[in-house]
Amino acid sequence: MMEDLLVVKGLETQFFTYGGIVEALDGVNFTIRRGEVFGLVGESGCGKSVTALSILGLVPPPGKVVSGEIIMDGENLLEKSEKEMQKIRGSKISIIFQDPTSSLNPLFKIGYQVAEPLIYHEHYKEKKALQEALQVLKDTGIGDPEEKIKNYPHELSGGMRQRAMIAMALACRPDLLIADEPTTNLDVTIERQIINLMHILQKEYGTSILLITHNLGVVAEMADRVGIMYAGNIVELTDVHTIFHNPKHPYTIKLQKAIPSATSVGQELEEIQGAVPRLINPPTGCRFHPRCDHATSVCSKVKPREVEIGTEHMVACHLYG
Amino acid sequence: MRADFVKTRYGLLKRRTKPMIKEFGLTFYVIRKSPLAVAGGIVVIIFLFMAVFGKYVAPHDPYETDIANRFKSPSLEHLCGTDKLGRDVFSRLLHGARYSLKVGIVVLVIATPLGIILGGVAGLLGGWFDELIMRITDIFLAFPYLLLAMAFCAALGPSLDNAMVAISLVWWPLYTRLIRGQALSVRENAYIEAARSMGEGRMTIILRHLLPNCLSPVLVTFTLDLGAIVLATAALSFLGFGAQPPLPEWGRMISDGRIYMFQAWWVPTFPGLAIALTVLGFNLLGDGIRDALDPKLRRVIEVEAK
Repeated sequence: MMEDLLVVKGLETQFFTYGGIVEALDGVNFTIRRGEVFGLVGESGCGKSVTALSILGLVPPPGKVVSGEIIMDGENLLEKSEKEMQKIRGSKISIIFQDPTSSLNPLFKIGYQVAEPLIYHEHYKEKKALQEALQVLKDTGIGDPEEKIKNYPHELSGGMRQRAMIAMALACRPDLLIADEPTTNLDVTIERQIINLMHILQKEYGTSILLITHNLGVVAEMADRVGIMYAGNIVELTDVHTIFHNPKHPYTIKLQKAIPSATSVGQELEEIQGAVPRLINPPTGCRFHPRCDHATSVCSKVKPREVEIGTEHMVACHLYG
Repeated sequence: MRADFVKTRYGLLKRRTKPMIKEFGLTFYVIRKSPLAVAGGIVVIIFLFMAVFGKYVAPHDPYETDIANRFKSPSLEHLCGTDKLGRDVFSRLLHGARYSLKVGIVVLVIATPLGIILGGVAGLLGGWFDELIMRITDIFLAFPYLLLAMAFCAALGPSLDNAMVAISLVWWPLYTRLIRGQALSVRENAYIEAARSMGEGRMTIILRHLLPNCLSPVLVTFTLDLGAIVLATAALSFLGFGAQPPLPEWGRMISDGRIYMFQAWWVPTFPGLAIALTVLGFNLLGDGIRDALDPKLRRVIEVEAK
């Protein structure tokens, strides 16, 4: 078994708004192992991005991590000072955001922006950092990298910018790369290329990836293990094969049925009734029970425990508890 | 050997500055396209020329009195006539430009950096610091700026130097507001968060990512404000809070000459025209620069230029 890189235990993040406390994360547990791709899947607003930001210590106010542990290399990231976190961000953990168009500063050339983390974290001289940046950009398969490093962001297309973002995130060879919906804003052909690229780079650089997405197709393509997230909880966590072929949690099952596929032309897609609950006043007990076909009286009262129902297969549902 | 070194250095310099020069060239081209902006630019250049060289080209000593020749109407000898003490109005105008420019520069040197730093920090950090800074600017902005400047001047004692301080004191809140507004919109850009996620510190983010992206409206306001500051200085001097006689400050000249309006119209009129033209020139140039920096309009003209 592979070594654990990052362990998240009982992570609770809340937003203290005027309207009340929003419990964005309600005790999230998962582990990312060295060299694997861990997929975190869920609908919009279920807490995927908040999880990523919590790991980086960048939850925007009025949000706050209220309890839990995030352990990397034997140290709890939540106990670190802002200064210490700044050293970790970009060098040990880095992130790619979903919007490549605005993630690059319009005033600096691509080469410099990719080189910046090296100057910042590795204290490279500008010249050496730029050479290294060129190398990383070459690895991302950007066409004509010698020319591209002299370009400004607005001179590149969306796919190229996302490649530049990936280069920037990987420049310092981080142990963990968080990819927050890396392909959401790209069209399918570019999406394909970016996924392939991330796969190749992940093998080459030995980086673990936390892949955040709402696209099960991307997960099937890339992830080794998958956590299904619903309203601030991980409801099912197992390897990618089991998620697709033997899902157990009612939400996972419904999510599968909602995917359009090329083989089911003409059939109606099933939708999941209702919407993700507002987390300012979440449903009691199991947060999925108002939308669940199998809900019983216990579901609205008691929060389900996370149960191991097989090897490496965790489900949080009363049906299995 | 040495020549080689110089040559490569020069080549490097040229390579580095070339895109910058191209950029300036393009901006300049856009400005040149607008006749009004060009007119503004010419007026501003004349003003700057007067301010820098006026002292040396003035035909007469601006302080030299000649009671025998008082209230002479404009002639070749005295282009703008003479005032109540027989001083040459034209020479006084040339000298006066220097004071207006000096006030403009001093005010911008004090007010702009203050406004930029406070506004930038307030905009990025938010929270109580933002509240504090914004409430202070509110207090300043609650009074008409001229009134407040007059109050400061009255407290400090009337002189041109104190007028500069007074105007600076009422000017910085405008920049703070402007930059804060910009910072609020710029900080929502993903590259700020990206910079943070790359482990950059707060100061680095403010200086490298936030402020540079806030600066183009400042450049425009800067130009427009130079005109407004010239006007404010003149107003303060006119009211007796700024420059004291016999300093040939434009506002002061109008103030001193206004009672002779009907017997010697040239005494107050020429300084008045000088102020009006200078302010107009800065405004037209400022508009031109704004258009030149507007990315939409710019794209069109860039294509044209190629």
